[in-house]
Amino acid sequence: MMNPIKKMLILITALSSLLILSGCSSLDIEPWVKPYERQNLADPIMRFGRHPIANMHVAHVLEARESARGAEGTGGGGCGCN
Amino acid sequence: MVVTKMLKCLLKTATTGLILCSPLSLAAVLEPDRADVLYHSYEGGGMKIDGPSVLLRKKTSESLAFTGYYYLDSISSASVDVLSTASPYSEKRHEGQVGVEYLNDKTLMTFNARQSDEDDYLAQSFSVNVSQDTFGDLTNLSLGVSYGDNEIRRNGDDQFEEQSQQYRIRAGISQILTRNLTAQLNFEAIADEGYLNNPYRTVRYIDTTNPSGVGYQSEIYPETRNSFSTKLSASYFLPYRAALFFHYRYFNDSWEIDANDVELGYRHPIGDFLELEFKVRYYQQTQAEFYSDLFPYQDAQNYLARDKELSDFNDLTLGLGVTYLMPESLSFGDTRSEASIQWDYITFDYNNFRDPTADGGVGNEPFYNFSANVIRAFYSVYF
Repeated sequence: MMNPIKKMLILITALSSLLILSGCSSLDIEPWVKPYERQNLADPIMRFGRHPIANMHVAHVLEARESARGAEGTGGGGCGCN
Repeated sequence: MVVTKMLKCLLKTATTGLILCSPLSLAAVLEPDRADVLYHSYEGGGMKIDGPSVLLRKKTSESLAFTGYYYLDSISSASVDVLSTASPYSEKRHEGQVGVEYLNDKTLMTFNARQSDEDDYLAQSFSVNVSQDTFGDLTNLSLGVSYGDNEIRRNGDDQFEEQSQQYRIRAGISQILTRNLTAQLNFEAIADEGYLNNPYRTVRYIDTTNPSGVGYQSEIYPETRNSFSTKLSASYFLPYRAALFFHYRYFNDSWEIDANDVELGYRHPIGDFLELEFKVRYYQQTQAEFYSDLFPYQDAQNYLARDKELSDFNDLTLGLGVTYLMPESLSFGDTRSEASIQWDYITFDYNNFRDPTADGGVGNEPFYNFSANVIRAFYSVYF
């Protein structure tokens, strides 16, 4: 298996390059959903992290019982359990 | 050290990327102030864990916010691992976190420090995250690093003291795809080094010299573990005002564990005051290379594990949640508040971990399985 840190650095470089290109208008792509068209997305029911304290507990329960960890989209930090 | 060099390199890459991306549009805002109080309970497989938790978040200006989090686990355990080789026990785990968020135009920086403390385990970690809105705020890029240091002890053995460290690097993209659909892609690499065993667990092996036919010896794990996770998530707004959530994660590590989990969630408001949530999640993993339920003899290989979390297994979660949005007449002053309860029912099925407390003879016992009920009851105030 490739060293995960190396793998991550390659990914981050690729993602950064993509975003730098999208930030510059050289690709000539316009944002296709205007701010005034985002009322559905702004509805609180659309927020997966609407109950952060509950999500932290779910993550803790699963991390203690499953081997997979990471990429939850939150800060993480380890289970602290044995 | 190689990892430290790589972390430095990552921070340089992140900073360069974020400075170069400076789009022109509306500024972002910090999340509103809130306070949450929660009671949690987990019961299953001979374990009962419960306790309170509190989360506080307060802005001091439009660009600076502080968070504080406290969590307590009161554990009483008579799980199958404990029953086969040890006695039931009870203990407490305290966890505290403090965080700072700083928003500058479209760049959000967060710093978080965490400590988890129990009789035989002290874990401390620090994490830094940076996220940036770009492309007309259709895209959000996030990068983060964490460092954790763990001190492991063994109750009843004052001489025992071990250490482990954990390094995490993560990156993510969140993208608005249509006026009803958003998607996120997250990656995280985790490197562990040091003492990664559980100091109490043992493996079992065939021992013909023992009348029971089985002998026990301590687990031995490798001193490094590298893992990589990729998660794809999507949220979809349904035309009748309801939300659909999808998550898929793929995980693999240097212990040769491959895992997949997929989750589908649905949130449905009823009138102005109620929200229902449903979820179903399936998880599956393969075993660690050095795992075995029963080794053929003592010291059969250099690394040995019989932790059921390293075996081949799958689990299924069915979840239900209800949130009641308090009407103004029941709220304090100008605040808005909600009361919620969530219940998850999880079934675990092990494919090569046998129940040593069952009949059948050594190595022929039925495969282990159990179910757990997980409850969260919480009250949230926005102010």
